[in-house]
Order: sequence, then structure tokens, then C-alpha cells
Amino acid sequence: MRAINRKLLREIWKHRGQMLSIAALVAVGVMTVLTLRGSYESLALSRDLYYRDARFPQIWAQLKRAPERLRRDIENIPGVAAVETRVTLTATLDMPDLDVPALGRFVSIPDRRTPMLGDIHIKSGRYISARHRTEVLVSDKFAKANRLHFGDTFKAIINGSQRDLAVVGTAISPEHAYPVPPGSIFPEDHRYGIVWMSRTVLASAHDMEGAFNEVVLSLAPGVRHEMVIERLDRLLEPYGGLGAYGRADQPSHLILNNELESNRTMGTVIPAVFLGIAAFLLNLVLGRMISIQRTEIAVLKAFGYSNAEVGGHFFRFAMAAVLAGAAIGVGAGVWLGRAMIDLYGVYFDFPRLRYELSWSLVIVAAGVSMAAAAAGALGAVRRAVSLPPAEAMRPEPPATFRAGLFERLGLGRMLPAAGRMILRNMERQPMRGVVSTIGISFAVAILVIGMFMFDGVAYMMDIQFRVAQREDLALSFSRPVSEKARYDLAHLDGVTRVEPYRVVPVRLRSGHIDKELAITGLEQGSKLRQIVTTGGGRQPLPPEGLMVSEILAGQLGLAAGDGVDVEMLEGKRHTARIPVAGVVEDFVGVAAYMDIDALQRLTGGPRTITGAYLSVDEEERAALNKRLKSLPGVSGVVSPGETLASFEKQMADQLFISVFFILGFSSVIAVAVIYNGARVALSERGRELASLRVLGFTRTEVAVLLLGEQGVTTLAAIPLGWLLGYWMAAGVVAGLQSETYRIPLVVSTTTYFWAAVITIAAALASGWIVRRRLDSMDLVEVLKTRE
Amino acid sequence: MAQAQKRDEPRSETVFQVRDLSKVYQMGEVQVHALRSVNAELRSGELLVLLGASGSGKSTFLNILGGLDVPTSGNVRYREHDLTKADERKLTRYRRESVGFVFQFYNLIPSLTARENVALVTDISPHPMNTDEALALVGLEARADHFPSQLSGGEQQRVAIARAVAKRPDVLLCDEPTGALDLETGKLVLNVLQQVNSEVGTTTAIITHNAAIAAMGDRVIRMSSGEIVEERSNASRASVDEIEW
Repeated sequence: MRAINRKLLREIWKHRGQMLSIAALVAVGVMTVLTLRGSYESLALSRDLYYRDARFPQIWAQLKRAPERLRRDIENIPGVAAVETRVTLTATLDMPDLDVPALGRFVSIPDRRTPMLGDIHIKSGRYISARHRTEVLVSDKFAKANRLHFGDTFKAIINGSQRDLAVVGTAISPEHAYPVPPGSIFPEDHRYGIVWMSRTVLASAHDMEGAFNEVVLSLAPGVRHEMVIERLDRLLEPYGGLGAYGRADQPSHLILNNELESNRTMGTVIPAVFLGIAAFLLNLVLGRMISIQRTEIAVLKAFGYSNAEVGGHFFRFAMAAVLAGAAIGVGAGVWLGRAMIDLYGVYFDFPRLRYELSWSLVIVAAGVSMAAAAAGALGAVRRAVSLPPAEAMRPEPPATFRAGLFERLGLGRMLPAAGRMILRNMERQPMRGVVSTIGISFAVAILVIGMFMFDGVAYMMDIQFRVAQREDLALSFSRPVSEKARYDLAHLDGVTRVEPYRVVPVRLRSGHIDKELAITGLEQGSKLRQIVTTGGGRQPLPPEGLMVSEILAGQLGLAAGDGVDVEMLEGKRHTARIPVAGVVEDFVGVAAYMDIDALQRLTGGPRTITGAYLSVDEEERAALNKRLKSLPGVSGVVSPGETLASFEKQMADQLFISVFFILGFSSVIAVAVIYNGARVALSERGRELASLRVLGFTRTEVAVLLLGEQGVTTLAAIPLGWLLGYWMAAGVVAGLQSETYRIPLVVSTTTYFWAAVITIAAALASGWIVRRRLDSMDLVEVLKTRE
Repeated sequence: MAQAQKRDEPRSETVFQVRDLSKVYQMGEVQVHALRSVNAELRSGELLVLLGASGSGKSTFLNILGGLDVPTSGNVRYREHDLTKADERKLTRYRRESVGFVFQFYNLIPSLTARENVALVTDISPHPMNTDEALALVGLEARADHFPSQLSGGEQQRVAIARAVAKRPDVLLCDEPTGALDLETGKLVLNVLQQVNSEVGTTTAIITHNAAIAAMGDRVIRMSSGEIVEERSNASRASVDEIEW
């Protein structure tokens, strides 16, 4: 080995602490690329393959009932490649091991297995056989959550009559890759499942013989789906069409896409932060190494080493840290990427979901890291080679000090000598202090954004489930029933309060934009369901007109006082213009509320309700649940309390994992910045500090002088980090705005507190390591050193 | 007295020819004239002693000869090359192939052993000695695996000399090689230099502020305030052991 390379290795070993801390930064950067972007790519790849294999539709439409012959007309719409008609319905399920009613989404499948649009993938068991009318396939996650196996049976109330169903297999479908029950925002696998059943059987049970109530389409390449949707809506209108929609509005696809998008963004932002800080620290450490080695550089050059060789020597030093970091990062990234994909597997039902290591990603990540390191090293290396050897041979001139602004303002006298030394040091190299402060503030900010998500979600869930949805149970009926049903419900044992509601599917139109959704009619003075703003305040229900979510108002360009055209998507489908009485800033879904009587006047016809909110006596809840499982006419029972409980459990698990990682990430930054800063300061000022020790300063006094600068930097970084964290949180919140939910920008004092405490702890730990080095300093040796 | 007045008839070829060499440093707001119009020659195989007090300009002169520094004006020829016209790349090649340096403070690389310090140079020279051979030349073959911190000052300087001669340089430039050493160790080091000069025949220039050392050279140039104030030849070189200071 060449002697100069041996020198490199020895120096790497000598600076191993600093090298390691920089390598850790690079490792985190590379790791996040491979984890987040890697899982993004893997997920996107398996999604695309899955979509292709299962022939994932491009357009969906639900309707009341249309004869099968309409299929021909749909096929004839220009641009349509394939059409699949279905019978679907929602029904309560009575699962043997579940004391509350579950909800089943029934989807028809051909009696005999034939390829179809939105095909299912059988995970276990077999396809249904046409001869046995009770056979069903159930969604894999629902089966697992309820421990359903081949041959198990459960009951369902379809169209008012109870049926026994036999499980012959489990399946998954890309349309239900992320199965979210209606009215919820996250999966509840034990309470909500997809049930695939013979078309013939389901049609006869649901009065759909020779008819369908859902249709899915695929399009020829290059066809714009807006055109097809318009034609399809016109075709389906006489048959109670509820408005067709494309993939962008398909719930499962939408959620998956949001998830992928956020992975892609985070997979770019986080590495950029880490690699930027790594570049700064490499500059700092190499810069110091080069000034210590001034004479060595001069000697190398005196003996004929060229600028390229000398520069390359220090460059390789930087590269060693990067390559070590990148190697660790790739390993950790792949491992974590696999874990992340496994975690996705828990939520997303994909047939071939596995982490695919993308070498191009590895090359890009390593390349970007090296570029960042090179950028950091460049300035320092350039200083090293531009020094004429004769000049480098002379010791570096003593640093020039002068009284800075602070002292010129006359404030210096307020400080003790130690304070003045710290201050002058910082004023001499202000950029170093500024960049260190920014670096540490990123550590604080990462803690803030890591923890704020939970603040926001907790706040959102609290408002949603403790203030807005106060009912114990929300029932939905399989079809609108007479308002009198409320008295029947009130007579059930254990029911203490009944508030009926009515949901009417409509199309809102404002200018050239229209939007299909449901208007929820509530009773005036409702206690169980309240309209609540993000601030937690209650919004009274206006006696006339619509109260809409702010996100909806934004989409349609509406403000309070504007009129909006409402087209009923049921009954006679007439259109009326009604005023927007108010806009409510809410968290979940896209809602339009109306007084139930005003809604009645709008729709005309007999007074009906489509569901009811119930208050329940806790003691009789179990008995009531049992009763509800077999109540005909009830197609769904939702318990917000249970939803909240299962959500909070999921969140607690995620919180634990997230806190673990953000703690690691921010500590890597804080330790790297503070440790390297202190080490460089120690090397620059070792002689000065040793002199002070000789003059009788105690170890602690000297440590204060050395670490005081890092302390000031850390303390300055905390408020800056809070601010930075808040801004980044605002960015995250803006990025996560979706129709499904809007996480509010709430950062709790606890989050700020812990962000500061953790950063200070990391600073103290780094300081302690350097302090030990300072304590063991050999005074005579340091003073003898020529420099 | 800027001119070298006496000229021996050329015994051998000229290695360095220096004409009107000046060097001005800008130190903050002050201009320092380190060299003022210096003229000199260095001949093949000779041992030249550059004598002068601190600040007389001798180190600057040596650094320019060695291609470590460039003059403000004037001209230096090394054999057929004009060093003052050479660019950074040519100077590097010149140092790499032709010059050996010995410094007052040895300037060994602390992270490398004695042998590795020598190897640092042999790695990049076209016709080097074997590293152990070079260390044997200075009597340090037994200490080859020691790090600089494990060697005495004299030993470190001898490693530095081994490092300088290992590439078989055409010229050996020594800047106060004994400046940091006591008498006995200093003599040891000078002996090594004299021995290399006479045995290998390397053209050698030694800077010193110690007038007693002048006796060991073939020729002596005395400098003061950036000018050559005296130039003389010694009829015979004194052996280092005869020198006392």
C-alpha cells in the first residue's frame, strides 16, 4: 500500500468518532431514500402489476336498478373497451365471534369463474360453485380478523331476510385494497368485510334479476374519461344513476395514491436535509484537519506531490465517511423498506407485495451523497491545495480577534471573562455558528413534525368523536322507511334516545363544476350529531339552506349566501336552487347538511328516514347489539366509540414506531453537529485551554469555555427549530389536505417541550464525550506542540 | 554588494543560475523585501552553506530554488529549465524528480512510521532507493517501524534526511537542519549530510545562522537584509567533527 494511503487510513481511524457521526448522517439520508422512495417504487410497481392482472376498471357507476340490456348501450359508448355489470349491496352480518353487528359489502361475481374487470384474486380456498347457493368468498383481512375458515358459516340480513352463508375461500380485489367502511376514514377489518357472492343468488335476493345496480368500465387507450363519464351519466340517469366517477375518486385507489405520494415527497425532503448537514460537517471537519495539517500538506507538496494528489487525499477522507454511511444506509434502508412493505401489507391487500431493491435508487442515493460530500469537502480541499508550500510551511498566523458588536454596544462588561471569550469566538466565525444553529434547529424541527402529526390526529379524533359524533350507535337502513320507524327503535330495550336522519344522494352544480355527494338531513336541536368546526365550536343547523364543508365550498367556489343547484339523484330527479346558509371548517369527509324538514320540502314525496342515531344504556348494550344483528331493514350499525377505540390503539402502535425513528433521526443530527463542533473547537483551542489549566483554571471552568459555544448554539437553535417545525408542519398539513380528512395544524406544548428536551439531552451527551477528552488532555504535551 | 564577485573557473557544470532575484511579501499593510536583486550560482556536487541571521532572506532564497515559492522578479535557471517561467505542474514535477528537502522542524508525517515516511517519497519518484537502504544511510535501519513520536529530535531529522535523499535527488536543500537540535545531535546530522554529499555527490545547500558550520562547505554565501553580503570559497572543507560552536 502506498504510504499516502496508509496515512489516510490512520487518519480515518484517528477521527473515527467524527467520521462515524458524519457517516450516520449520510446513512440516514440514504436509508430514507431506500425506505421511503424504495417502498414507494415497490408499492407502485406491485400496484401496477396488480391493476393490470386484475384489470382494474377506470370508471365506476352506482345506480338504483337498470335492466341488463342497457349493458349493450354502455358498450357502445365511444372509447369504452369493456363493461362489467354487478349487483352490490350493503348488509349487516352476524359474525359468531363478534358481539356487535358487522358490515358486509356484497359484490356479485359470475356463477362460473370467468375473467372480468376488477377481477378477484383468491388467496385461500376455492371459487364458489353454482350449485350451492350459500357459498361466498370473503375478503382476506375480514376472514383473518374474524378467524373464518373454509366451511365456516355466518348470517347476513339481505333485503330483510336472514340468510346463512358458507365461506369457501378468501380473496382480495384492487377495488378494496384499502377497505374503509362507509363513514369511517381507516380500515376496521373485524367489522367490515367484502363478501363475493353468485350473481344469480344475489340478484334474486335483492330483486335484481336481469338487472344490475353497479357498472364498471375500462377504456380504450388514450380515451379521456370525462367524455365517457358524461355519456354514461346520461344513459344511467333514468335508472337512478348516482353519478359515475374515475379512479381519482375510487376510495381504495385514492388512499393508496395519497400514501404513495407522501412517501415520494418525504423520500426526497428528509434525505436532502440530512445530506445538506453532512456536507456542512464535512466542510467543518476537513477544514480543521487541513489547517492542522498545513505543514504536512506543505511537505507533501515540497516532495513533489501534485495538487490533485494532495486534494485527492483529503477528498478520499470525505468519501470514506460517505461510502461507509451509504453502505450502512443501503443495508438499513433495505431492511426498513422490507419492514415498511410488510406494514403496508397489513393495510393494503396486494397479491405480490414485496420490497424490490432498486439498484438505480442505490446508485442515485449514493451518488447524491457523494456529490453532497464533495460539495462540502470542495472548499476545504481547495484551501489545502491553493496554499503555496512555502507559506504552508509557516505556522498559521494567530487568529485575529476584536471586540464584536455586542461588546461595542457596551454590553460586554456585563459578561464574565469566560462569557466574553465564548462570545468573541462566535463573533469571529459567525457563519460557523449560524450554520450549526440551523443544523441543530433541523433536529428540533424533525422532532416537532414527527410528533405534531399525533397532536393533530388526536385533536381531530377528539373533536370528531367526542363532540361531533356523540351517538352510541349509528344505524343505516337498507332503504328509506317511514319516519314512524323511530318509535319502533325507541321501544327497543336499552335505547334511550333516537334521532332519525335522512341521506339523499344529489349532484351539486355551481357554474360548470358539479359534484356528487349526499345531503344529510338532521333534526333541529340534534344532540347526538352536531356540526362542529375545527376550533371545536358548534355550528347551529340553519332552518333553511345548506351547510357545507369548507373543502366542498372551495371545490365549487361557493360562499355563504350563494345559491347552488341541487339535482336529486333519486325519485323524480328534479333540480332546485337552494342557498348556501353556511360553510363549516370540518375535518372528515365532504359533508352537506340540511334541516331534515327543509330537505323533506326539497325532495317532496312521503316523509322518510334512512337511518338513526341512538343513545344506548350501557348496561343493555350487549343485548341490543344482539337484537340489531338480526333486525331486518338495518343494513349497517356503526359504533363511533369502538371506531375511536380501535383507532387509538392503532395510533398508539404507530406513535411508538414513529417516535423511535424521529428520536434516532434527530439525535443523529444533533450529536453530529454538536460533537463535531466541539471536537473542532477542542483541536483549535487545545493549546489555549491547556494554558488556562496551567494558570489554575479548573477542568469545569475550561469545559465551560470549550462547550459554552455549543451550548449557546443549541439554545439558539431550539426556538428556531420550533418555528421551522411549525412551518414544516404547516406544509405537511397542506400536503395532506384531502376529501377523506384534513389534519389540523395543532402543535401541542408537550411536543415543543419534548423537542427541546431531547435536543438538549443529545447536546449534553455529545458535550460529555468531548469533555472526557478534554479532561484527559496531557497539559505538557499540548503546550509542547509547535502549532 | 549585490554581485557575486569572485568566480572560480567552472570546476563542473552549473546547477542553478540566479539573476536579479527579488521577492516582496505583502504582510498586512507592510511590504517586506525578503530578497533584493540577488545573483548567485550553484554548481554540481558542491556543498554550499547559506549563512545569515533570522530574517536575512536565506529561507526565501532556498524556497525559490526548491520551487516552493515564486520570485516577484528576476530569474532562476535550474540546468536548462527556467523555474521562474514554470507553471504549478512543472514545479511539482521538478520537486518530485529533482529536489530533496530537509526542514528545521523535520516535518515528518506523525501518522506514518519512519519507513512509511520515506516510502511517501519513494512511492512517487522515478528512480528511488530502497527505503531501508535510505534509512541505513542515516543509521536508522533499526528504528524503521517507529512513529515520529517515538523518535528523538536527532533521529527524526535523520529520518527526514533519509526521506529527502531516498529519491536520489539532484539537489538537496536543507533549511536550518540543526536549528532544533543540541550540539552533539546536530553534528550527527551534519555528518550525515556531508557524507551524502561526498558519497552520493548530491549538490547540497544548507541554511544556517551558525557561522561555525560554514567551515564544512565548499562555498559560503552570507546574506543580510535580503542581499548577499559575502561569498567565499573554503580552500578545504572542514570535517564536521572539527567544528565547535
